Amino acid sequence: MSHHIIDVKNLKHTYADGTAALRDVSFRITHGESVAIIGANGAGKSTLLMHLNGYLAPTSGEIRIGDFPLTKSTLPEIRRTVGMVFQDPDDQLFMPTVHDDVAFGPFNLGLPGEEVEQRVNEALEQVGAAHLADKPPYHLSGGEKKRVAIATVLSMTPDILVMDEPTSGLDPYARRRLISLLRDFRHTKIFTSHDLDMVMDLCERSIVLHEGKVRADGPTMEIFRDEILLAECRLEKPLSMQGCPVCGRGRCRS
Amino acid sequence: MGIDESFRGLRLLDQLAFGETAVHRLDPRAKVLVTLIYVVTVISFGKYDLSALIPFFIFPAVMISVGKLPAGFVTRKILLLSPFVLMVGIFNPIFDRETLVRIGPIGISGGWISCTSIVVRTMLTLGAALILVGVTGLPAICSALEKMGMPRVLAVQILFLYRYLFVLAEESGRVSKAREMRSFGRRGLGMQTFSSLVGHLLLRTWQRAERVHMAMLARGFNGEFHTRKEFDFGLRDLLFLFGWTALFISLRFWNLSQFLGDLLTGIFS
Amino acid sequence: MHMADALLSPAVGGTMWAVSAGMIAYSSAKIRTGLDEKKVPLMGVLGAFLFAAQMINFTIPATGSSGHLGGGLLLAILLGPHAAFLTIASVLIVQAMFFADGGLLALGCNIFNMGFVTAYLVYPLVYRKILGRDPNQGRMALAIMVSAIVGLQLGPFGVVLETHFSGISELPFKTFLLLMQPIHLPIGIVEGLVTLAVVSFVYKARPEILQAALDAHPIGLHPVRNVLLSFLAAAIVTGGIVSWYASENPDGLEWAIARVTGKDDLQEPGKGVYSMMAAIQQSTAFLPDYSFRKTASGERPEIIKQNPASGKVGTSISGILGALITLVIVFVTGFVLRRRPAT
Repeated sequence: MSHHIIDVKNLKHTYADGTAALRDVSFRITHGESVAIIGANGAGKSTLLMHLNGYLAPTSGEIRIGDFPLTKSTLPEIRRTVGMVFQDPDDQLFMPTVHDDVAFGPFNLGLPGEEVEQRVNEALEQVGAAHLADKPPYHLSGGEKKRVAIATVLSMTPDILVMDEPTSGLDPYARRRLISLLRDFRHTKIFTSHDLDMVMDLCERSIVLHEGKVRADGPTMEIFRDEILLAECRLEKPLSMQGCPVCGRGRCRS
Repeated sequence: MGIDESFRGLRLLDQLAFGETAVHRLDPRAKVLVTLIYVVTVISFGKYDLSALIPFFIFPAVMISVGKLPAGFVTRKILLLSPFVLMVGIFNPIFDRETLVRIGPIGISGGWISCTSIVVRTMLTLGAALILVGVTGLPAICSALEKMGMPRVLAVQILFLYRYLFVLAEESGRVSKAREMRSFGRRGLGMQTFSSLVGHLLLRTWQRAERVHMAMLARGFNGEFHTRKEFDFGLRDLLFLFGWTALFISLRFWNLSQFLGDLLTGIFS
Repeated sequence: MHMADALLSPAVGGTMWAVSAGMIAYSSAKIRTGLDEKKVPLMGVLGAFLFAAQMINFTIPATGSSGHLGGGLLLAILLGPHAAFLTIASVLIVQAMFFADGGLLALGCNIFNMGFVTAYLVYPLVYRKILGRDPNQGRMALAIMVSAIVGLQLGPFGVVLETHFSGISELPFKTFLLLMQPIHLPIGIVEGLVTLAVVSFVYKARPEILQAALDAHPIGLHPVRNVLLSFLAAAIVTGGIVSWYASENPDGLEWAIARVTGKDDLQEPGKGVYSMMAAIQQSTAFLPDYSFRKTASGERPEIIKQNPASGKVGTSISGILGALITLVIVFVTGFVLRRRPAT
């Protein structure tokens, strides 16, 4: 099961216009972990994610996914292993119907038609969206879009799920539903998010990025208790850890 | 037409294609072919033919009814005649003043007849296009055209355009609303604001294209597109195709209006 | 300026369809072979962008009226000729279906007037030529202005030609030309200004986009010559067919039927469905029209324009009555079908 391991060593990335988005990032994520990558806007989260499935190439440093170093020749295998869910589902759902969209990945893997059908049904079933199969993406609600976007990735049976801001733009009910859906996944999971309550719900470990570097890496609860660290990185405690504004009592879990 | 208005029309038309009627279930190829034959037949009439065109209203009437399309909506859409066609048509009465028909003391010139004929043609041909979309839907039309020989690249292109039309129409609706709210009277609607607004929209669109491409690559895109839609051209489709075609050709050579009129005047005279 | 079905004859519409279909096949082949797949979503999304941008109006300086972006030239500048041609074609197809712009048969004309003219004539022969090998901002501004104006003269010229050859409009060729061309001069200037402004904006924000567009299509003589040759061939075929049609037979469908049956005279005189229908048509024609009548020699049907004066009063009244009855029947049929329980 070494497929599920992500190893990032001294990753640096400088954009063509000279912006150094990642200065020195190293971490190792092992099988079955659920990890949040948090940090202020511009800390380098999105740039980091784009490296994990090879859309951006490192300026220097190394990334290993499972047994493979990330190179041009291992790219197809790595893209199957790492399922990437984008922040805006409108970017991810580009086919005429939900069904075609979920089938897009399996078809590209070269699977036969029956197998594709089976995977589409399973993936849609898993996210509770089987009834949406024949709809076009623009007829879906925000929460439905998000779940279908996840299904488009699940149908490729990835070992690692990478999600950029999974709860952004969702109403409270859709958010809650998504969180419980994600909790049930047995994959190795990596999230970026500003929704720190969700992070607390889902991730036992957090990596804090600050100005392109790993500022902290450890158990989520410890990080959220470190007020100095949070302030430095322009973050705040999750609301559920802050004192109640009415009675002043904290509701801190540990 | 405001953004919201034309966008609503687009959405409504798009929704119609999800109807569950006998016409909706037909093979899209049959519907595309019948529509094309219909349009060519209508266009093929001489410019003074008017009465012979009238029976051709039967096609939109039947399709609207059986396909359960909102008749009011389709009619309104068709009646928004293109100003260009009207502009050109209105010259016919000016240049063609020869009296062709006389009803009692009133003489009607050929120009007025051909002008009316142009208006009727516009309604029939544009109506046919709208109805085709309403009972078929753009994606199905696209795959039908592809099966009939349209290059895949164009089919994919149209589908992409259509998919993001909804996203971008909303986006441009938002930016222009934001602009209107802050441009009092007409100031701020000038070209300078316009170009920076459209420029921003363009850049955001470009970034979106990059993200979509990224999402495609992430799922192993290698230049090929697969869709599930398989149709089989059955007996119903064949009947639909030949039935309408036969009717169109008969009506092309046999003026039903004239026949009925003769019958009626014959009875009374 | 969209050409419309209602002004077209089947001959002109069909020919332009064939020409545009050929160009679509050509550009599709070009794109399949020579394009990075990154352009696939880009073309689609930019097509949608064009729609969105056309929905935003601006005030035209000094006139107070409002206009919107045409955008064909902008697409050509951003995407290069082949991708731009297909994108413009896709925009026109969706417009024809959803916004009742022009119609399905007129699509051929519209794709030619706006897509072909912009992407395969104006872009390589005007824009790139003025831009030269060493583009700078001044050259680019000049190239955009001239291209927009030329494009918006050629496009309407196409409309005039197509309308003229179709013969549905009575507008004399010269009058129509004198109406259309001057109107489109300011429209072209405004289009040029707007395109220039948007391109400059993009150039300031993301110069690499324009740079990539310039580098990706080194304008060798080869593709241009091919395009020109195919255009010439298309023009000759079009011109030939259209003029032959226009002189020989103004009615394309009858011609097509004659071709399909393989005979010039469809039936022996006096028997068969055809002559019966011809007889009915002749005896009942509401309006003087082209109709078949056997010439004395009997070799081929000759198209004779009936003398307008021969239209009888009785016939015309019955024609109008008949049309009204037909409309009522149509309406009732629709109503009855609607009332029927769902099938």
